[in-house]
Amino acid sequence: MKTLHNGMGVALDQIPDMNDATFLQTILDLTDHGWRVSSYFGAMTDGGLRLYALLSSKAEGILTVLTTRVGDPHFPSLANLCPQVHLFEREIAEQFGVAFDDHPWMKPVRFQNELPSCFPPLRERGTVGVMDYFRIEGEEVHEVAVGPVHAGIIEPGHFRFQCYGEQVFHLEISLGFQHRGIEAALLGGPHKNTFVRMETTAGDTTIGHGQAYAMAIEALTGTRASARAEVIRGIALELERLANHTGDLGAIAGDVGYLPTASFCGRIRGDFLNMSALLCGSRFGRGLITPGGIRFDLNATLIGALRQRLAAAREDLSNAVELLWNTPSVMGRLENTGALSEKDARSIGLVGPAARACGINYDVRRDLPFGIYRLAQIPVVTAGTGDVHARTMVRWLEAEKSMDFIEEQIGQLPGGAICTAGGELAPNHLAVALTEGWRGEICHVAITDGTGRFARYKITDPSFHNWTGLAFALRGQQISDFPLCNKSFNLSYCGFDL
Amino acid sequence: MFRAIAARLKQGHRTTRYPAEPVPMPDRFRGYPRLDASACPDGCRVCADVCPVGAITPGTRDSDPNNGPKGLGTRENLSIDLGKCLFCPDCSEACPRGAITYTNDPALAANRREDLIVRPGDERRLAQALEQKMLSLFGRSLKFREVSAAGCNACEADTNVLSTIGWDLGRFGIQFVASPRHADGLWVTGPVSENMKDALLATYEAIPAPKIVVACGACAINGGPFIDSPEVHNGVDRLLPVDLFIPGCPPHPVTILDGLLRLLGKLEGA
Ligand code: SF4
Ligand code: SF4
Repeated sequence: MKTLHNGMGVALDQIPDMNDATFLQTILDLTDHGWRVSSYFGAMTDGGLRLYALLSSKAEGILTVLTTRVGDPHFPSLANLCPQVHLFEREIAEQFGVAFDDHPWMKPVRFQNELPSCFPPLRERGTVGVMDYFRIEGEEVHEVAVGPVHAGIIEPGHFRFQCYGEQVFHLEISLGFQHRGIEAALLGGPHKNTFVRMETTAGDTTIGHGQAYAMAIEALTGTRASARAEVIRGIALELERLANHTGDLGAIAGDVGYLPTASFCGRIRGDFLNMSALLCGSRFGRGLITPGGIRFDLNATLIGALRQRLAAAREDLSNAVELLWNTPSVMGRLENTGALSEKDARSIGLVGPAARACGINYDVRRDLPFGIYRLAQIPVVTAGTGDVHARTMVRWLEAEKSMDFIEEQIGQLPGGAICTAGGELAPNHLAVALTEGWRGEICHVAITDGTGRFARYKITDPSFHNWTGLAFALRGQQISDFPLCNKSFNLSYCGFDL
Repeated sequence: MFRAIAARLKQGHRTTRYPAEPVPMPDRFRGYPRLDASACPDGCRVCADVCPVGAITPGTRDSDPNNGPKGLGTRENLSIDLGKCLFCPDCSEACPRGAITYTNDPALAANRREDLIVRPGDERRLAQALEQKMLSLFGRSLKFREVSAAGCNACEADTNVLSTIGWDLGRFGIQFVASPRHADGLWVTGPVSENMKDALLATYEAIPAPKIVVACGACAINGGPFIDSPEVHNGVDRLLPVDLFIPGCPPHPVTILDGLLRLLGKLEGA
């Protein structure tokens, strides 16, 4: 078994080639021992199709990559034994024409074209959103269909509820509307437009994905970003988390009709975005990161301004969020709504604040540390109840930790250059890069061909794991609580659809 | 209750006063570009080569017949298409002569696609008010139905922010509504993915005429970072008539507000 650390590359011929039985058994053994599947995907390397599984161990702080060659388009499914791979298998089926015959829930993932593969597509691409939905029959059972266009200014997706009166028996989520062909276009890359596409894979997570991409390239070119660059990247990543967590706290308040917090947080979120703009000109951190480091340095004036604005925002945010915990009608709506058990969360591979709200004590920043988090620890926050209240509480506590972190880091910025020049990408290599975006684990895997171009670049956004969690959380809930539950997860459509 | 009132007093009233007062922009914000082609060396196309989305026509003197609208051999060819531009740091950083600088002027929106092409020494061609009949219908109340057609959630977020207390778009009579039947216009973000095309067109159809269309962000104007991906339609104006183009990736909220106020005749001049 080849193990590696986050942000490392390995030559392809160093990865043991397993037969399919060993490959599958190793995945089962490792997941039984607490490893999680961070990514599982197909790639056309060495003339045929291979499957690669990337697993991570929190206990050991390492990753491992397993691979096997797929000679026959019929491949055994693990989804029944290891539910966290269920969507990965569907994705491999859609992207490479591999039939997982005994898969319990084989449906389209994003209604996309097949990537180059040695097997023909299993089905026509079809019309997005048109598929066999799970259906409950019964005189008093009814079906509610919502989307792709929703009521607010949000991204599109389709939701199908099976309801008995107000009660939701089952929710099925069908996505793919936002598909932009990102992975197909990355083949043969990197291209001139690759980095701007990474920044906009999920545009509210520009830093999270930008840093993951930069780490993958740094691993392939043997470059190291300076300590100064890593500190500034860390500050930007925490500002991104703060803006989004603040927005979510406000939106959750808004969805239970508590307007003071909703209004204040709507504005304070902007204060955090403006701090990112102070750093690099863009409220979303566009243009800050580049492979090898960053493109905008901090200076004494900016540090002073940042420190001052952060203190003001902290005061405003504490004041706004405080109101939630002291308002019984708000607590009544948040507690026991949309609860997900720790067992279910683990089995489906949930990540990020949603997982930590269920008691899963996992955070890439601490457990597979990258960048500045290798040197500076950030405390991980968990809750136990897995409901909307827990997801709200975790966001707030994380926001506090992020503010502490930035305050500490801007006070001790190391000197040095902000960008290290890189060279050519190593040929026939595989590099892994995980970051903790504000929604959770982001995983990028780059594989190069003999000329150092991408033979495959796999992106796994945290939403890929977590949409299933939202569907589970809705079971047995009132359908009127859907907006609140949805907001408490606040997942990415485009990050999923790619 | 008392806590909420105390918090309200503490948080105060902090809605932007734009357009009565300008919004202070961060120094590093990249807005309207200033081009100086007199500095361009012969045959140089460094800026065009680094641009990730092909927004630049270089100011070369070479004899490439496809090089710009003003004919061969003049430096006036240098132009940036703000409809494609992502306002990234690439070209200004790459140019060895400082021929491209981005000012922090956020007023960028225009009515016509061609008005987004900036050349050295150009007059600003900012958005003009709707014609009189439309203005009398929408001038005091304009409702939009927003459709994200593969937007990355940044254009969506900075559109959404206008309805928060920081910007309070409602004071201008502009509002985003849930149903296209209640709307006067379609607000598009994203490059229009193949998978969202039908839903976008169906939403447009559902809006009662007369109606307007706003393309918000580089994606909706011309595909943004995803330009020429086979999965996207390179923006909305090939599918629907567009009344307002708002550049940026994403546009700053003040760029959006400025464009809307110009469209409604509530703001004029540079
Ligand atoms: S700022 Fe605009 S024109 Fe310049 S390189 Fe970036 S996208 Fe191209
Ligand atoms: S223009 Fe830029 S910010 Fe807007 S949707 Fe496209 S990629 Fe996102």
